[in-house]
Amino acid sequence: MDIIFNNYVLQIVTMCCINIIIVLGLNLVSGITGQLSLGHSAFVSIGAFASTLFILKLGMPFWLALPAGALVSAISGFVLGVPILRLRGDYLAIVTLGFCEIIRVLFLNLRITRGALGISGIPHYTTPGIAVTLTIIAIIMMYNIENSRFGLALRSIREDEIASELMGINITRYKIIAFATGSLFAGVGGALYACQITYISPGDFGFMRSFEELCMLVLGGMGSIAGVIAGAVILTSIPEVLRFASEYRMIMYGIALIMIMVFRPQGLFGKIKVNM
Amino acid sequence: MLKIIDVETKYGNILALKGISLEVRSGEIVTIIGANGAGKTTTINTISGLVRATKGKVFFEDTDITNLPTDKIVGLGVVQAPEGRQIFPQLTVHENLMLGAYLRKDKAEIKKSVDSIHALFPRLYERRKQMGGTLSGGEQQMLSIGRALMSTPKLLLLDEPSLGLSPIFVQHIFEVIKEINNRGTTILLVEQNANIALSIANRGYVMETGYVTGEDDAKVLLTKESVRSAYLGHGG
Repeated sequence: MDIIFNNYVLQIVTMCCINIIIVLGLNLVSGITGQLSLGHSAFVSIGAFASTLFILKLGMPFWLALPAGALVSAISGFVLGVPILRLRGDYLAIVTLGFCEIIRVLFLNLRITRGALGISGIPHYTTPGIAVTLTIIAIIMMYNIENSRFGLALRSIREDEIASELMGINITRYKIIAFATGSLFAGVGGALYACQITYISPGDFGFMRSFEELCMLVLGGMGSIAGVIAGAVILTSIPEVLRFASEYRMIMYGIALIMIMVFRPQGLFGKIKVNM
Repeated sequence: MLKIIDVETKYGNILALKGISLEVRSGEIVTIIGANGAGKTTTINTISGLVRATKGKVFFEDTDITNLPTDKIVGLGVVQAPEGRQIFPQLTVHENLMLGAYLRKDKAEIKKSVDSIHALFPRLYERRKQMGGTLSGGEQQMLSIGRALMSTPKLLLLDEPSLGLSPIFVQHIFEVIKEINNRGTTILLVEQNANIALSIANRGYVMETGYVTGEDDAKVLLTKESVRSAYLGHGG
């Protein structure tokens, strides 16, 4: 049993779970509502730093700091969403990318986040059990959102914004709610990440990480919860599985991505085609 | 029921509607005919609030809806089935219909409406679990109209329901439009196919390059020489 459930494997499982939660949030924004976001890791970052500071500076217990950090992230998503969600497609992608960089540079220059040094010595609260439990809750929540009346409205916005307006749907309001909810999931993931790695620095959440999250979503299949799980698990564990190939592993990672996009452009589990 | 008074609408600097006035009374079918670029679709989109009038007023049942957001206008009962059948291609036929009823709460009543749409368009019942995008053009038009009816509109705005359909299907769609009207829904119908539109309408407006250039009973318009030569493809 020790060979299967050793610390190394459990750590990968935990990271997989964290990424599933984060990418579920991105799926709500990009896969279900069809709003391409390249700044999702900004909200992971906000969740991570907020909950870390709540723990270290305010002495909050983990069970309170995690939702509090996620809430800060959701509020940021709401505040950002109000001005930018009138944009569409590439414009939205560029603005979210810019926001991602703004947050990184902001945290790099704030005294309270200790700049480039980052924050170390975060208590290791994220156990595999907590990660798996929260992942299951997140999956159930996302399934219910997607299949609710609200989820149907979000999917209609993805399909055709003008037609959904003509159904009486206030599309800007729904996009903002989706964006804030997606940020909430990102914030939960960020808080779990901080308390798993026990060290965070602004550089951990640059736009490359946003792309990585988007890769997970696209690989698994936009708009599919099974796809999110598959994408997050595969792309989190591939670098570990390919460790024997040392420096060649990122090449293999890239080739694997290309092959999937060539032979299954809608992603492993995707049924829909998302036009951004 | 609907009153448009001296409305101007611009796209950028281009004046698409140059001060038009028209009226739809309760229970009528009113049609707007005209060539490409006359401003027919712009008129309907201005009513729906998809584009904004820069001058003039739009009233629906004495409410000024000129500057209301689209979702509020839909809430008042002014519902559009857009041109080119903008259905949701990757949602099922049933989901498409349910979105039509988005502003309604009463589940039992919604179920009744679904049944009545199925009765009106049996084809939609057969295909209720299919993705909207897999339907044929005519079926998509049925879905578009059915979806608009799901919101139990007081005023139904139809934009080019005959577009791209085979003649036999056009006939069928227009019979259904007539039937919808008989059940008490007022209809404003925008059409290039002036012949068939005037044959079911009570009154008609003729539009040309942003102006309303004619208004009369549909029967009169059908026989009018100028209209015949310009839009009905005979005479001359």
